Amino acid sequence: MSKDAQFRILSALVENKPGVLYRISNLIRRKSFNIESITSGPAEIPGISRVTFTMFSDHARFDQVMRNIDTLIDVRSVEPLEERNATVRELALVKFSPGAPVTRPEVMGFLETFRASIVDLSTDTLTAEVSGDPDKINAFIHLAQNFGLKKIARTGAVALAREMIIQKGN
Amino acid sequence: MSGAQAVVEALQREGVEAVFGYPGGANMPIYDAMYDFQSFRYTPLNEDGFRHILARHEQSAAHMADGYARASGRVGVCMATSGPGATNLLTGLATAYMDSSPVVAITGQVPSYMVGTDAFQETDIVGMATSVTKYTFQPLRVKDVPYCIKAAFYLATTRRPQPVLVDIPKDIQQRETEVEFTPHVDFPNYRPWPDPDPMIIKTISRAILSAQRPVILAGGGVKAANAYQELQTLAELLVAPVVTSFMGKGVLPENHPLSLGCMGMHGSMRTNNLVPECDVLLVVGSRLSDRTTGKIEKFASNTKVIHIDADRSEIGKNHKLVVVSLVADAKKALQALIREIEAATLAGKRDGWVKQAHEMVVLAKTELDGNGHCMSGVETIKMLRRFLPTKAIVTTEVGQHQMWCEQHFQVIEPRTFFSSGGLGTMGFGFPAALGAKVARPDVPVFDIAGDGSFLMTENSLATSIEEQIPVTIVVLNNHMLGMVAQWQRHFYNRRYSAVHMGSSPDFVKLAQAYGAEGIRAESPPDLENAVNRAMRSPVTTVIEVPISAEENVLPMLPPGAGLKEMVVG
Repeated sequence: MSKDAQFRILSALVENKPGVLYRISNLIRRKSFNIESITSGPAEIPGISRVTFTMFSDHARFDQVMRNIDTLIDVRSVEPLEERNATVRELALVKFSPGAPVTRPEVMGFLETFRASIVDLSTDTLTAEVSGDPDKINAFIHLAQNFGLKKIARTGAVALAREMIIQKGN
Repeated sequence: MSGAQAVVEALQREGVEAVFGYPGGANMPIYDAMYDFQSFRYTPLNEDGFRHILARHEQSAAHMADGYARASGRVGVCMATSGPGATNLLTGLATAYMDSSPVVAITGQVPSYMVGTDAFQETDIVGMATSVTKYTFQPLRVKDVPYCIKAAFYLATTRRPQPVLVDIPKDIQQRETEVEFTPHVDFPNYRPWPDPDPMIIKTISRAILSAQRPVILAGGGVKAANAYQELQTLAELLVAPVVTSFMGKGVLPENHPLSLGCMGMHGSMRTNNLVPECDVLLVVGSRLSDRTTGKIEKFASNTKVIHIDADRSEIGKNHKLVVVSLVADAKKALQALIREIEAATLAGKRDGWVKQAHEMVVLAKTELDGNGHCMSGVETIKMLRRFLPTKAIVTTEVGQHQMWCEQHFQVIEPRTFFSSGGLGTMGFGFPAALGAKVARPDVPVFDIAGDGSFLMTENSLATSIEEQIPVTIVVLNNHMLGMVAQWQRHFYNRRYSAVHMGSSPDFVKLAQAYGAEGIRAESPPDLENAVNRAMRSPVTTVIEVPISAEENVLPMLPPGAGLKEMVVG
């Protein structure tokens, strides 16, 4: 992979009907594109879904992915997004099972630092919800291993372009 | 009307004149619906019926549809049942996909309420075919059947032509309901390309008009767009030499003064040497495959490349450094360029370049003599060019004979040469020849074959006899998988592994067993007589030409080599 390899995001509007995600994922597989995450959900237009792809790729490869996805008949439009001009969010559910040497209050202190909220509690476990950009989620999960982490479920990133971009120095 | 009747009615409305197929459990309702009007024997078509041609293997049915499509420029239709019938189609669909041929495949499927239960002869053909088709449909309501067929024809023929599959569960074929036939379909995300952007046309014209040593590289996309005449006009206006990919072979008559023949792995060496010398390369309808360009880094390192293609994802895919690109229908793009350039008078200004280019290429005509007592493969191909009328359609199989055709069989007239260039499917040529003959019964059709390839779909002889579709197969028999043997000779130290086909059948008797004619030709007069006899014969003829097993296809571009690094011997 060449020098300009970086984290990149693609946002596509696609027909919401059976087989569309299969066509997209099949294309990605057979072209050997390396995708980090795909998320899909209904968009603002009835019958249309917004699919967000993230990948670690150089520009040329990324461009090729975009053109190939755009060629699919069920794809309405594709746009590239960059972290600096888009809002990028991901959500993770993380289950902890605190026990010696980690105490429950220590876990809760950790969660507070990340502004994670507790969504499920039992006598032995607690489940937290955390959201933010993928870097934050990565950091959270990395540190959570010190606090009795048991299970992780991540959504993958979703993103929308920012409408107003303030240039540095202006 | 039942779903099956809707299929047949929809095909009639598309003006289908022939369907190539094979019946089975899951498509019997469609075959029953065809029973009422189709001619099961070779008879003139009635007003609204179409002909069904029974293949002997579904792969051949797909190749026949492909051959029909390439020869006619219209959609070729094939049919198969579910399960093995459908999977057998896949090689043919992949062949059509790689070579951008508009084929519509209609498969039967197990009843919709059994889909997913691993029922008898169930297979996920929609999932399997997704990688080798432009689109797939599986109507789950009878009233969707006409739309799916209509849409399949629309998608197969617009933008970049490619195969489309319609998979119809048996209960949908059987169920009766009111059916409406929509006059047209629309995909909001997919419409035929608009007229080329005038600004880009201007940019391209400027680049190519200011070039000192321009070359046009034309691919199969020019054929698909039926832009033979436009390409010739533009080349003549620009006084620019034309090279082609293998898929573009013959898109400019190969005896035209501006034609420099094929480039690539088995292109002419001089043409390959010339291409990196040009200052502007106008690529039209070629995906610049590895076979055409050789090592891509050495392909056009000092050349401005302009790329026109109907598939946006082809721009920059293989050759990254395209200076100007245009996503458009080749015919429209060429017409726009012609209008833009017509004002400029170039005649005479580039004679030096054209002469230089041409001398390099004429010199390249390598004359290989026959070796020993056998006829040489190359000589056989050259003789066939002399013996066959230029209007005759020629298909090939895959291997040495195919590359000898690339080098030595001049293609003069539009839509007269078809080969599996992208997928390289052995067994393509013969069924494709049958499909071509159905499309063009007025011209002689020849399949130039090797012994290995012919045996892959030889059973199509049964189809050709029963359906009275007379073609001629010329089998260059070296009792060897010659191309693999050649590579073993060159790259594997003559370790001939699994390439001997010493006791392949007696091809004359094989032909006769099917009711075809069989002739063995061991000398040039033999071959001429055999060809003439075959063209007069009311039945298919197999001409076996024994050739030496040691002959190579030369020159060749070894894998990973740049265009200027051809091997001559």
